[in-house]
Amino acid sequence: MNDLTQGLIQAVQLIFSFDPNLYSVIALSLYVAGISLFFSTLVGIPIGAFLGLTRFPGRRLVMALLYTGMGFPPVVIGLFVYLIFSRSGPLGQLGWLFTPRAMSVAQMIIAFPLVAGFTMAAVMSVNPNLRQQLRALGATDWQATVAILTEAKIGVVVSLAAGFGAVISEVGAVMLTGGNIAGKTRTLTSAIILETQKGNFDLAIALGIILLILSFLTNLVMTRLQGREAHR
Amino acid sequence: MDQINYHVHNLAQTYNGRLILQIDRLDIYRGEILAIVGPSGAGKSTLLRLLNFLEQPANGYVTFEKSTLNGIVPALEVRRKVTTVFQNTVLLNRSVAANVAYGLKVRGEDKKMIDRAVAEALERVGLGKMAQQPARTLSGGEVQRVALARALVIQPAVLLLDEPTANLDPYNVKLIEEIVAEVNREKSVTVVLVTHNVFQARRLAHRTALLLEGRLVEIAETAAFFNNPTDPRTTAFVRGDMVY
Repeated sequence: MNDLTQGLIQAVQLIFSFDPNLYSVIALSLYVAGISLFFSTLVGIPIGAFLGLTRFPGRRLVMALLYTGMGFPPVVIGLFVYLIFSRSGPLGQLGWLFTPRAMSVAQMIIAFPLVAGFTMAAVMSVNPNLRQQLRALGATDWQATVAILTEAKIGVVVSLAAGFGAVISEVGAVMLTGGNIAGKTRTLTSAIILETQKGNFDLAIALGIILLILSFLTNLVMTRLQGREAHR
Repeated sequence: MDQINYHVHNLAQTYNGRLILQIDRLDIYRGEILAIVGPSGAGKSTLLRLLNFLEQPANGYVTFEKSTLNGIVPALEVRRKVTTVFQNTVLLNRSVAANVAYGLKVRGEDKKMIDRAVAEALERVGLGKMAQQPARTLSGGEVQRVALARALVIQPAVLLLDEPTANLDPYNVKLIEEIVAEVNREKSVTVVLVTHNVFQARRLAHRTALLLEGRLVEIAETAAFFNNPTDPRTTAFVRGDMVY
């Protein structure tokens, strides 16, 4: 209990100390999470919408793979990305290992199935007759798809929140692919691990509280994106 | 009314290998109201979907004006001349006005024109004061009136009606029928009305056709269809006897 109280006090002190090291860790955490969420959204929403709206042979298999991906251990993904970007790996010559780029790639792979899977579920929950009725009103396939995604926006935003939650709180893949290098690849989660190992529990708790605040603020913005309909 | 709007020839539709519709020949004339009656599962809604180019036929073709549907999706501007009011209307989770505006927005019309046309269309269906109301708060009758307004606002050449008044109260049925008749009379909009309500067909249609098990049994002027049917199955259907 004492550690928790100390952690709370230190969190407040840390935030208002404007310590550049802390803010670089926060900035890197948000940067890596933001980049990975951006690319997983760019790929995940169209694929989720496609899976939710179309029927084709092998769709069930693709859906099963997606659901498996939603529960895939992040550390295994980290290991996979590590091997790809390691010096002897197929993309070793890029020199991305132990940089925010490799961390972003790993987190994108973690977030993608969540974004695509939740988007697919959201689109499937929209009345299937809507698409035909919009086409009867003169909508092109693309226009009808956009309207359906807008109808499913509460679920689509949930997919983004799930993707963001997974990457901002993730530590295994980030440690493996980033290496937890101070000032270069250290994120809030890897810093928490480090401070815990060093016995600085109050600092670890303070970092944890900052992480929670960041996550809360981001989700607050996302609930605004869902619109008023979500809160009736 | 003698100009042909649609020419249907050897049209067949199958779902999972099962024959749903088989029409050897059907001409629909510009500016007429054609009622298609028949029991559930007769293929009436399938025919409407084909006339609205919403699906491809398994065989045969539908010629609309100068465009033929026989495996090739018609141009967007051709498809946009036709619209359907469905039995189970699905509205967007937006305001009533936004729902009515949808067809004009996808056509890229300017906002001033859209606002004016939407206001007119809503007045026409008696929902002028409900423009800003969320669509999900409407009653069944109001939903169908919004469906009619969103179809009329795009000024279609052909209006396809798929049981538009099924399960509605007499007030809404009368209102919708009056608007349909008015639009047909004033703007020569071709109307194809699918209904299992023979009284509605009798009230509205210039010609009536009976569709049974996917086949066209009889088509005639509405008075002749009901008073002097030539096919015994039509006689039975008009009387309300089972004809399955």
